[in-house]
Amino acid sequence: MTNVWLAVAVLGGLGAFFGLLLAISSKVFYVKTDERIEKVASCLNGANCGGCGYAGCSAYAAAIVEDGAPIDRCTPAGQEGVKGIAAVMGVDAVEMARMVAFVHCSGGDKAQVKYAYHGIRDCAVAAQAIGGGQRSCAYGCLGYGSCVASCRFGALSIVDGVAKVDPEKCQGCKACVETCPKHLIDLIPYGFEGAVPCANTDKGGITRKVCESGCLGCHLCEKFCPHNAIHVVDNLSVKDYSKCQNCGICAEKCPRKLIYMPHMDLTKRPGA
Amino acid sequence: MSFTGIVSIALGAILIENFIFSQFLGICPFLGVSRKVDTALGMGLAVTFVMGLASVFCWLVNTLLLVPLGLTYMQTVAYILVIAALVQFVEMFLKKSIPGLYQALGIYLPLITTNCAVLGVVLLNTQKNYDFLSSLVYGITGGIGFLIAIVLFASVRERLDLTADCPRSFEGFPIALISAGLLALAFMGFSGLKVF
Repeated sequence: MTNVWLAVAVLGGLGAFFGLLLAISSKVFYVKTDERIEKVASCLNGANCGGCGYAGCSAYAAAIVEDGAPIDRCTPAGQEGVKGIAAVMGVDAVEMARMVAFVHCSGGDKAQVKYAYHGIRDCAVAAQAIGGGQRSCAYGCLGYGSCVASCRFGALSIVDGVAKVDPEKCQGCKACVETCPKHLIDLIPYGFEGAVPCANTDKGGITRKVCESGCLGCHLCEKFCPHNAIHVVDNLSVKDYSKCQNCGICAEKCPRKLIYMPHMDLTKRPGA
Repeated sequence: MSFTGIVSIALGAILIENFIFSQFLGICPFLGVSRKVDTALGMGLAVTFVMGLASVFCWLVNTLLLVPLGLTYMQTVAYILVIAALVQFVEMFLKKSIPGLYQALGIYLPLITTNCAVLGVVLLNTQKNYDFLSSLVYGITGGIGFLIAIVLFASVRERLDLTADCPRSFEGFPIALISAGLLALAFMGFSGLKVF
């Protein structure tokens, strides 16, 4: 019988000792945290997408409270989030421009294929293959959908062999921008669908041979733009979104019908 | 404890009697946290850390308390108590003193409070009558064996996700279980290894 009581005493003693130890150490090792961090974190989207440039939502919230980081970096939370954070932090809410991803390639199946690729169906692997992938255009989309896999919001899809962004679903987290081994994706202001979907900087003649949908650098868009918002740099037309008024003249003048404007008839595109 | 003894314990824990592949302990985190190599690495490091610490403290509790009082039949429950309290304490200590390590181990630390690999290593220490140094070495190298296993498995799973050739019905978890079995088979090759 004494054995039983000994066992109870030892185990109870151990438990009490550890309980006391934990209680004391929770006081000794107490780390003071600002309660505003949690409030700010609740205003964020919570997807931990990393689009703000911090490790996750809680890291960004801590940076706002402790280091005074800018409060308009959470694209998924949008203007509502900015308002919430501004209320917690006691600062003025700033206007945030919504940015969405855009794929600077419209080639896909319209680009020539130089060899049959049978390797792992992943863009990062395929881009390491001979000649930078199976397509004749060394700049274009490989179409294996690494960006689609990286998107947490289901905003990307592969259509006719090339990645396409749904601007309504895109939250601007930049996951695809970092994934694309060809660096074809960047963020453009929401509503400017008329960006140039090509990244080929070869001379027009070469581009024409490899892809039905490539920018030739013909300068027509540059000549006719009334707002001086589109320029040809290295045989490739590049848009300046701060000047563009979305008038659509570049889209009309483009001989390859590359630039898409929402009001355009898509069936007139080459290969459509 | 001679040097060769330590080497034979270490090699045994890492390769011959690998905790995952031949003793089948700690399978839950092995399957759950092995989708990506970097998370697997974090988990493996946390397990190694806790297994080393738990070996030391449980050896102390066993030798100084349970054996003298003739209460060795309570080893399992006492060890669970020690491990749970230890992990909680280590978490608080790291948060205050070494925030860098706390960030790195982060969410994995509380997860392994009730990991059977940790309980397994301390029970095996007692079963094999290891002294203090041997217990410490067995704990740490057992953790390293876990680390190697989970990182190997995570890199296999990363490759599996990229290949589309897997039959539809085997996608995801089934093929992961099959590849875990193949890895365990490969590790069986070490069972014939004679150390000194």
